[in-house]
Amino acid sequence: MSDPATRSRRSFSVPRALGFAALVVLGATFTAPFLWQVLISLSSLTDVDLLTRTGFPPVLKPENYPQVFRKVEFARYFFNSFFVAGWVTLLQVITSAMAAYAFSRIRWPMRDRVFLLYLATLMIPGVVLMVPNFAIVLGLGMFNTYWGLIVPAAFSAYGTFLLRQFMLTIPTSLDEAAAIDGAGHWRVFTQVVLPLARPGLIVLAIFTFLGNYNSFFWPLILTKDDNLRVLPIGLLAFDSTYGRETPLIMAGSLMAMVPPVLVFVVLQKYLVKGIQLGAVKG
Amino acid sequence: MAQLTLKDVRKVYDSKVEAVRSFNLTIADGEFVVFVGPSGCGKSTTLRMIAGLEDITSGTVSIDGRVVNDAHPKDRDIAMVFQNYALYPHMTVYKNMAFGLMLRKLPREQIRERVERTAILLGIDKLLDRRPKALSGGQRQRVALGRAIVREPKVFLFDEPLSNLDAKLRVQTRTEIKNLHQRLRTTTVYVTHDQEEAMTLGDRIVVMSDGRIQQVDTPLRIYRAPVNRFVAAFLGAPPMNFLNGTLNSREGGIWFDFADTLPLRMLDRHADALRPHLGRPLVLGFRPSATSESPTGKFAGQGNAMRLEAAVVEPMGEVMDVSCRTPKGQPVVVRIASRDDLKAPGPIELHLDMDHVHIFEPGEFGRNLVV
Repeated sequence: MSDPATRSRRSFSVPRALGFAALVVLGATFTAPFLWQVLISLSSLTDVDLLTRTGFPPVLKPENYPQVFRKVEFARYFFNSFFVAGWVTLLQVITSAMAAYAFSRIRWPMRDRVFLLYLATLMIPGVVLMVPNFAIVLGLGMFNTYWGLIVPAAFSAYGTFLLRQFMLTIPTSLDEAAAIDGAGHWRVFTQVVLPLARPGLIVLAIFTFLGNYNSFFWPLILTKDDNLRVLPIGLLAFDSTYGRETPLIMAGSLMAMVPPVLVFVVLQKYLVKGIQLGAVKG
Repeated sequence: MAQLTLKDVRKVYDSKVEAVRSFNLTIADGEFVVFVGPSGCGKSTTLRMIAGLEDITSGTVSIDGRVVNDAHPKDRDIAMVFQNYALYPHMTVYKNMAFGLMLRKLPREQIRERVERTAILLGIDKLLDRRPKALSGGQRQRVALGRAIVREPKVFLFDEPLSNLDAKLRVQTRTEIKNLHQRLRTTTVYVTHDQEEAMTLGDRIVVMSDGRIQQVDTPLRIYRAPVNRFVAAFLGAPPMNFLNGTLNSREGGIWFDFADTLPLRMLDRHADALRPHLGRPLVLGFRPSATSESPTGKFAGQGNAMRLEAAVVEPMGEVMDVSCRTPKGQPVVVRIASRDDLKAPGPIELHLDMDHVHIFEPGEFGRNLVV
């Protein structure tokens, strides 16, 4: 057995050092914009240009943060983003799980063809669907309502696909054992398949929450009242015809980033699993 | 407990593949019947049709006189043990066993009492709080058995339940299943591809091939009097030996002539059955254990000798398996009393118990002419 000092000396090599150096450069490249954002968020508007030369604000201005709350309905936007993304996530996980169960566990005529047809909708760009979706939502009287923000996003071919692939990995003998034990489809779904599909459900929930939390275009065209605005649109208030308040935009963006970053850090392992799932089963 | 009847049961997949062809069988109340056959012979499909996990294309399945073709699995009062155990991984052993009873809305106290009683019976009472992943293969197998037993069903169905266990545990669990059946006397259908399992467990064995029943009988009768060459080859280890030749009549008897070894004289009581086949190419079959080096007792008599070349000797204690060849190289395996001085390679003369020699028509499913 070699002592740790010998091991570390042995493990040093030029390619290894170059590799580390490359990683440090890459890490710095990714981190720099965030550090820049923090510095701008702590500067005064007049110092922003100076920052590009000095690299640090002459005067730190942490009051930018409370000012974001004073100048716009930031708390309301926060709530709206959370409320809409939360409901969409909940509904999308439920509907996707039910559809995935039907597409993976129940035998019915033309099942796989219908699934492919459903999956084909993923090939239509979202922008193309924007106008017809808007017309439908308008026709249903959901314009400028939470319903309009939530209901169209509550169904997802991608979510169905993800969970179907996950459910296909659960042995069907479990369904059969449950059926013999006396369970119908609902019980098999809720008491056998769903608990076992939990990692897949969590992955979908993360993807859906993050995607909808950052949603911009659909809420922009669907809402006109300020109290229905979500965070990405709310931040636009600082970029108006009267000028751009860059430090406030940066402060607001930083605060808006906190929940997704927390979600990512806490649930990172499930995300990796989800990505692998798509890779293997796609 | 219940009588199980399958009448003209067929299973056709996609209007093309006929997995089970006109299956007729009545299983008596309390009987232990084993379906055995090679992969793809339709045994598991038949079991799954009994369970209600596969639709029946035509025919009827009845439990206790009630046709259950359209009944949901839960309404058939059956319990099944799966090859991969199919234990719910997210539930404890207790909950795995209690799940079926909970769904049947039995009182909580009764569920507890039944689960605990069954767990003690199977020696898994200390494992009730564990999840399946914390159990060994053998323990999982017991839990799967427990889940079936605790329901007290009319019929037990086993789908190759021992195939995931190692050889030692398989033999041990096999004995336990037999013991359990003797205590509970529940009608049981057991599917396996292992002929040894079939022989040791079943009151009756159903040998299947290509979706058809080849033979139904007690293990010993099937072993001793296989109706065709497929059944003869499938049951028994080492398998039955087959040698090609023709039947000829001379010296007041019927002889089986080979191209390369001594002829064998058939028993006179088989003469009537064999006479119509004189001169035709046929196959003679005998089990490795139907041979002896010593021409005494049931191996005594004229026209039962066979001269072979011993190639490999495998001593197994009291007996040894000797792989031999006829002069033209046809393989023959014999099981004889062990002795140290047998030379291999070297010549060996054997005597057959002609009572256990079979004559088959040619082909994989050639009929046995002497049963």
